[in-house]
Amino acid sequence: MSQLAVRVIPLASGEVGVPVVPAEADGLLSLVWLVVALPALGAAVLLLGGRRTDPWGHLFGCAMPIGSFVVGLAAFAQLLGRDAEERQVRQALWTWLEVGDWQAEFALLLDPLSMLFVLLICGVGSLIHVYSVGYMAHDANRRRFFGQLNLFVTAMLVLVLADDYLGVFLGWEGVGLASYLLIGFWAHKDSAATAAKKAFIVNRVGDLGMSLAVMLMVATFGTSSFAGVSAAMPDASEGTATALGLLLLLAACGKSAQVPLQSWLLDAMEGPTPVSALIHAATMVTAGVYLVVRSSFVYAFTPTAETAVVVVGLVTLLVGAIIGCAKDDIKKALAGSTMSQIGYMMLAAGIGPAGYAFAIFHLLTHGFFKAGMFLGAGSVMHATDDDVDMRHYGALRTAMPVTFATFAVGYLAIIGFPPFSGFFSKDRIIEAAFGEGWIYGTGALIGAGITAFYMTRVMLLTFLGSKRWRDGVHPHESPRVMTTPLIVLAVLSLVGGVLILGGWITGWLEPVTGPEEPHDLFVSPLVLTGIITLVVLGGVAIGWFTYGAGRTIADYPPANVRFATRAARADLFGDALNEAVFMRPGQQLTKALLFVDDKIVDGFVNGLAALVGGSSGAARRAQTGFVRTYALTMLGGALITVVATLAVTLT
Amino acid sequence: MTVPWLTITAVLPLLGAVALALLPRRAALAPKAALGLSVLALVVGVAGALTDYDPDASGFQLEEQHEWIPSLGAWYSLGVDGIGLTLVLLTLVLTPVVILASWHDGDTGRWSSNAFFAWMLALEGLAVGVFAATDVFLFYVLFEATLIPIYFLIGGFGGVRRSYAAVKFLLVSLFGGLLMLASVVGLYTVSNGAGGPTYLLEDLARIDIDQTTGRLLFLGFFIAFAVKAPMFPVHTWLPDAAQAATPGTSVMLVSVLDKIGTFGMIRFCLGLFPEASQWASPVVIVLAVVSVLYGAILAIGQDDMRRLIAYTSVSHFGFIVLGIFVLTPQGGAGSTLYMFNHGLSTAALFLVTGMLIQRHRSALISDYGGVQKAAPVLAGMFLVAGLSSLSLPGLSPFVSEILVLVGTFRESVVAAVFAVLGMVLAALYILIMYQRTMNGPARASAATTPDLGLRERLVLSPLLVLIVLLGFFPQLLLDVINPAVEATLDQVGVSDPTPDVPVTAEEVP
Repeated sequence: MSQLAVRVIPLASGEVGVPVVPAEADGLLSLVWLVVALPALGAAVLLLGGRRTDPWGHLFGCAMPIGSFVVGLAAFAQLLGRDAEERQVRQALWTWLEVGDWQAEFALLLDPLSMLFVLLICGVGSLIHVYSVGYMAHDANRRRFFGQLNLFVTAMLVLVLADDYLGVFLGWEGVGLASYLLIGFWAHKDSAATAAKKAFIVNRVGDLGMSLAVMLMVATFGTSSFAGVSAAMPDASEGTATALGLLLLLAACGKSAQVPLQSWLLDAMEGPTPVSALIHAATMVTAGVYLVVRSSFVYAFTPTAETAVVVVGLVTLLVGAIIGCAKDDIKKALAGSTMSQIGYMMLAAGIGPAGYAFAIFHLLTHGFFKAGMFLGAGSVMHATDDDVDMRHYGALRTAMPVTFATFAVGYLAIIGFPPFSGFFSKDRIIEAAFGEGWIYGTGALIGAGITAFYMTRVMLLTFLGSKRWRDGVHPHESPRVMTTPLIVLAVLSLVGGVLILGGWITGWLEPVTGPEEPHDLFVSPLVLTGIITLVVLGGVAIGWFTYGAGRTIADYPPANVRFATRAARADLFGDALNEAVFMRPGQQLTKALLFVDDKIVDGFVNGLAALVGGSSGAARRAQTGFVRTYALTMLGGALITVVATLAVTLT
Repeated sequence: MTVPWLTITAVLPLLGAVALALLPRRAALAPKAALGLSVLALVVGVAGALTDYDPDASGFQLEEQHEWIPSLGAWYSLGVDGIGLTLVLLTLVLTPVVILASWHDGDTGRWSSNAFFAWMLALEGLAVGVFAATDVFLFYVLFEATLIPIYFLIGGFGGVRRSYAAVKFLLVSLFGGLLMLASVVGLYTVSNGAGGPTYLLEDLARIDIDQTTGRLLFLGFFIAFAVKAPMFPVHTWLPDAAQAATPGTSVMLVSVLDKIGTFGMIRFCLGLFPEASQWASPVVIVLAVVSVLYGAILAIGQDDMRRLIAYTSVSHFGFIVLGIFVLTPQGGAGSTLYMFNHGLSTAALFLVTGMLIQRHRSALISDYGGVQKAAPVLAGMFLVAGLSSLSLPGLSPFVSEILVLVGTFRESVVAAVFAVLGMVLAALYILIMYQRTMNGPARASAATTPDLGLRERLVLSPLLVLIVLLGFFPQLLLDVINPAVEATLDQVGVSDPTPDVPVTAEEVP
């Protein structure tokens, strides 16, 4: 064990940053702009077109991301056919701004990393668009919904395709806007409107990190482009690297709902369920992981910031898992799980070259199985009059066989049951975490056990056990347009593990993240896999004996529970903390300043006015009848003063 | 023969004002005539910029010079550089929009509709003159003259506390004006001592003013401009004025006239008193950052939408002043662009809230709720205007804000770190206002809110289109602004900051 303890502090000194050196996009790859332009067109037509686009808006809205996906697949085929070192291409569009020594271009960077994201965003995105045709069929504003989904896809693609941190920032806040609009899609509900606002504002706190990072880059390097920053990074001081790493981490925490900026994600479940699947599970919330992996050339020079990333990931994976255990709302249970799984990705990304590829691998498999499960939850809600309380479900297995089967695949994938996709991706992360230090490995292992427990709970409460349906609820399977995406995602969740076969994904990402670093383990990888599987089975067993095994589920959560349960129900007091530290003092400060401005500062300004007016009551007297005479006299006086002064100077 | 573009652009609306005042009082005619004239002025101004203005050249262009008062050294001298041209264009763009928005606002005032639109046109003409004046004395006279129309617009056509607001505005402005007057007189003495009186900017800029005199004269100008802008702690006239004025008047006041303050800081404080500007910059930077945060926090606490927008402007003007006084290329260009973008964004906000207020006769946020359901177009345009105010990337104010912040960071990391907090506060004040008025369950009165009519959509559309366009193509304006900012910084005598770790050419192919 002694040799593991040494590795608690990551030794990044051996790492080398991989510079971004793209070639000009040519041939078919010069169509990469279409990937962004199509959904942008969709958003513009549907949001500006108004009611006259209602009849065909949802179809048009589906066609755009599907079109992008097709272009993306073609580009992928092109890249696959090239040598590894030629898989990084750039398409310059126009100069965004150029002032002094700072120039930022609108340019797209297609490389192995952004390519995978394009496929994920457009692929899963298209499936969710199709699903929404059925899910939102009865909503009067379905066309607006599709417009905003298209807007989201556009912004997300800008985020991953930009070749400059300023461009990333555009996509970054763009997805924040889309998230705001879609969480608040049913903004006539106060809870939805408040959740939307909270998401935006908490994200803005994270965005402080992004803005400051851009400022620091321009001040240090005179540029904020990936190519420029990655080229000059080796010459920068470690202090600069650490500052950049921490600022980018702050941004990542906001977008990816990592501790301490996690509180918005659970509330974000107010949005329609396809939104939760696409934005708050599969894509947008993983943007923080993208940012860290993309900035590998920064983190390579700062062990301190890397450790911070690892710690944030570890804490969040445990916090999310604990919260997931205590939620009766199926969407919130899944949201806690999302936090937790992204925590795994962060942990892996913080490890550096030994973990980057696995972070992205897990990001992809998670995109498949979590999107599938969220859509499954949506299907369940569709069948139960939008009830989200799992205590009102039970025995839905027979009423909704497709939903059940696909959800079960997602379940097996997320808990890491072999040979489902999550088994491979999570296994590699836990392994890498043990390679980094036993404390990280143990934390990740415990997290896997808790994941197995709470997901078993979700599974049992929803699909197994006895019927606890409310009166008048007659669950039924969802229409084909909804179940087809479920089936596709289930298949992907099942077979997603093939990406690691023969080390494909690590090799594919090597031009971006550098070669995978070997790490020492205290046991052989096979034994570790055995241990992980045992822990997972343990979690499943505890779940089974608590919620399955013929136990009756109370209609209401028990009130008399231990502190730990209460804490988990209250999201580990994240909101209480925010209120105590920021909100209430902020409100008091606002009140105090309102008083100061009204009584003191305004008094001072009125004093100035009185000084000119030659009387202390000037401004007050303005309210009486002879205001005009008075004011005009003043103006006249001023003009006379001008003339008089001139006269004096003239003589 | 060269065409006196600037004179034509300024005189057209002024003549229109006189004509409107003399016309018979047929209310229907006044807004149409005013709109026509302001559009004509816009066409002339743009034509002049396109034909005779070379964006790559530095220094003043479209120049006109005629001797005015020789004994004083005062000239009728006009000309614009990229900074002046940007603000002239802003004035020319906003006036027709405001006139179209104020179509019926002249009907309910103390005087006739003719008077309302006459004052509007007069204001436009004077503002163009102020931004184009290259003679300090001419600038001062026009600067003071702009007070007259705005005073009558607030006092004659505003809401409940209009008289109080109008007089407070006038007196506080006169206070600043008197200080500036002292400095203007001082400049006469200085130039007279240096070989003969002159108020021409180009001559004054060459005179070597001794340190103490320079600093005193600087203060006179600076305080007048700080009142105008307005900056903390001389800002409280603005919320009162915005609350009392019609939406159109508020736009002309905040989007156009207040820019004279920040424009004057660049042109006169930096241009004439480089040493004093550098001397004062630490204090000004602190005041600017305080304005950013103080204005934003007070905006959060407002219930009256008009006061709220006024306080957001205090915050935004803080950013503009900050960018000016950090004396870096990004700061200066960012601030100039900020003036233009803030003009658009604030105009959109004042006008769209004005449309809402006019529907329900209340400006209080707490009187609203759930308007979005009944009036989706109004809500949508309100949201875009609001998002521009919180500097969302993709909309034009973002570009100027990030430029100011980058420029600030290179001069003072601490100032940038505090100022950037304004980003979070902006999200708070905009989204709280939006949620409470547009979202939530529809209040009984809001449920019947009529959506925007054609005229109202025509008012807001050009503003929103420009906001989006300049969000993606800010270089259209920056190409004009950059040379002027470089020239100003040369005049101040600061060198551009250089990166600590520059990226060499061979590193980035």
